[in-house]
Amino acid sequence: METIAIPAINMSVIAPEMILSVVAMALLLINVFVKNEQKGYLGYLSIAGILVTLYSLTIGWGAPQDGFSGSVVQDNFAIFFKGIFLVSAAMSILITDQYLQREGCNQGEVYPLMLFATVGMMLMASGTDLMTIFLGLEVLSVSLYVLAGFNRGSIRSNEAGLKYFLLGAFSTGFLLYGMALTYGATGTTKVVKIAAAAQSGMVSSNLMLVAGMLLMATGFAFKVAAAPFHMWTPDVYEGAPTPITAFMSVGPKAAGFAAFLRVLLVALPVFKAEWSSLLWVLAVLTMTVGNITALYQQNIKRMLAYSSIAHAGYILVGFTAGNAVGTSGILFYMLSYAFMNIGAFAVIILVGKKGEENNNLADYAGFGYKHPALGVAMCVFLFSLAGIPPAAGFVGKFYLFSGAIQAGYIWLAIIGVLNSAASVYYYLRVMIYMYFKEPTEDFNWVRLSPAFIICLIIAIAGVMIPGVVPGTILELAQKAILM
Amino acid sequence: METLFFSIVAAIAILMSILVIRCKNPINSALSLIMTFFCLATLYVMLEAPFMAAIQVIVYAGAIMVLIVFVIMLLNIRTESGRRTQHALFLGAATGLFLLFQTWYFLSRSSLTGAKGAIDSAAIAKVGHTELIGQSLFTEFLLPFEITSILLLAAIVGAVVLAKKKV
Repeated sequence: METIAIPAINMSVIAPEMILSVVAMALLLINVFVKNEQKGYLGYLSIAGILVTLYSLTIGWGAPQDGFSGSVVQDNFAIFFKGIFLVSAAMSILITDQYLQREGCNQGEVYPLMLFATVGMMLMASGTDLMTIFLGLEVLSVSLYVLAGFNRGSIRSNEAGLKYFLLGAFSTGFLLYGMALTYGATGTTKVVKIAAAAQSGMVSSNLMLVAGMLLMATGFAFKVAAAPFHMWTPDVYEGAPTPITAFMSVGPKAAGFAAFLRVLLVALPVFKAEWSSLLWVLAVLTMTVGNITALYQQNIKRMLAYSSIAHAGYILVGFTAGNAVGTSGILFYMLSYAFMNIGAFAVIILVGKKGEENNNLADYAGFGYKHPALGVAMCVFLFSLAGIPPAAGFVGKFYLFSGAIQAGYIWLAIIGVLNSAASVYYYLRVMIYMYFKEPTEDFNWVRLSPAFIICLIIAIAGVMIPGVVPGTILELAQKAILM
Repeated sequence: METLFFSIVAAIAILMSILVIRCKNPINSALSLIMTFFCLATLYVMLEAPFMAAIQVIVYAGAIMVLIVFVIMLLNIRTESGRRTQHALFLGAATGLFLLFQTWYFLSRSSLTGAKGAIDSAAIAKVGHTELIGQSLFTEFLLPFEITSILLLAAIVGAVVLAKKKV
């Protein structure tokens, strides 16, 4: 019997993931001893865990290292994305407790599940082995399926969970098939080794690798809700509990893009011409379908779902460019999108009351006069989503589109700007209802808890500060690109 | 000889998987699924992967199928009544034919001889098949192997959350 040589493991590479998983498992145990009304404290504990994880991330900045025989890497790119995941998870957890108590489904397991989902996203961002990326995606997806159906008493929530599960499992099949074909063509699952193998003409001329790339692109496009793989988005976003919708409209999308970027930019740069033209079509379709459908929505959650599809399209514009400006634009935009989108969903939660979500546009009539501070906050988020200066959304879009122009995709940038202009209509419509319609309700049920105030302040700061002085964050984003 | 054997096994696998979705009685579907799994196990044996074949039979054809049959019995699912809608059938057939055409085009244009990994049949003969799988699980794929435990934990917690009686 020969002994097995254990390779260098290097635990410090996965330290953030380990800290967060341990916190999640500890919360599962603590949950048993916490009374039903006090489950909110679990949320604060998980935020403490997230802060520790964030601190452990900052240590690794600027000193890339890999571990587990090349299965994971901790580089600036991964750290920046993990920062986005952690910030968006913390903000979503802040707004979770009040909603769940109102709807009468405050089970403490929601926090460990959200943390597990975050661990999955972090593994996707730092995975350099197709197996790691796939398993990270599965950890993320399984947690999200449950979270989408978390409100068991609501038929819409059940529908959302089941629909997401069926379609998600189906799309995972595409991703896995793509990975299998890539493995078959190159003989390895490590991203760097795939790139080395694809250098030889024998491998790159093999259609099997192209088919593998296309199938993987299909799987990732489903996860980031790019058209024509977006059909699940509005139903799932509408049916899922609102804090969960906020959570899954940002983090998983960013995680999908992180893994997608790493696979295409690091493993398959040989096919850059092919995948750019593929992403060009996807970007145009996604922006246009998302924006045009959003114009017709009366339900604000559905409208934001279609708008999130459109935003995936803007990010695909930067991805198509595939250059330094476009990629740093993606990082910057994903971060500011986290603040503006979760902020908007926080206001949506406050407008609803038990049993009545009040998600129709007509329910917002006069809201801006009854609650001026919340009205202004909502306007800031919507302006940022529409890409109007000085909000961060404008700066982000500016860099995404200028990346496309630098790479010579003039028409793509023009279509993007036109789409962005069309989107102003449906964002402004919410404001028109808030300020120009007579109030029919007195909104006396709106209760601002400290957690909500903290979340909204963070969101407004996150939208306005990078919008006015984008320098610092943009510098970080430029250091975090893969090239 | 090998090609002939492969063709027979593959044909049975395809036939059985068609039966899985065409049978009206769910128990018959489940039994056809077992046959499909057995055929796949046979293919693994032909690929010199006896461990995979054994796992396929024990886990899929054994454990998972018992679960499926149990669920069918517990839920008391009746024979499917009502006809399948015609346009769904047509759409499914059209999509299937299109995919079949794509596969044919792909196969006719490319060679399926990709790159080979580090382990060949000589290495398998020297160390042993199961030992090699164990080795790579605890060395090269150690991290994915560990992530699986988190995945299973999340799935268990999720199943309990969604299924437990009292909230």
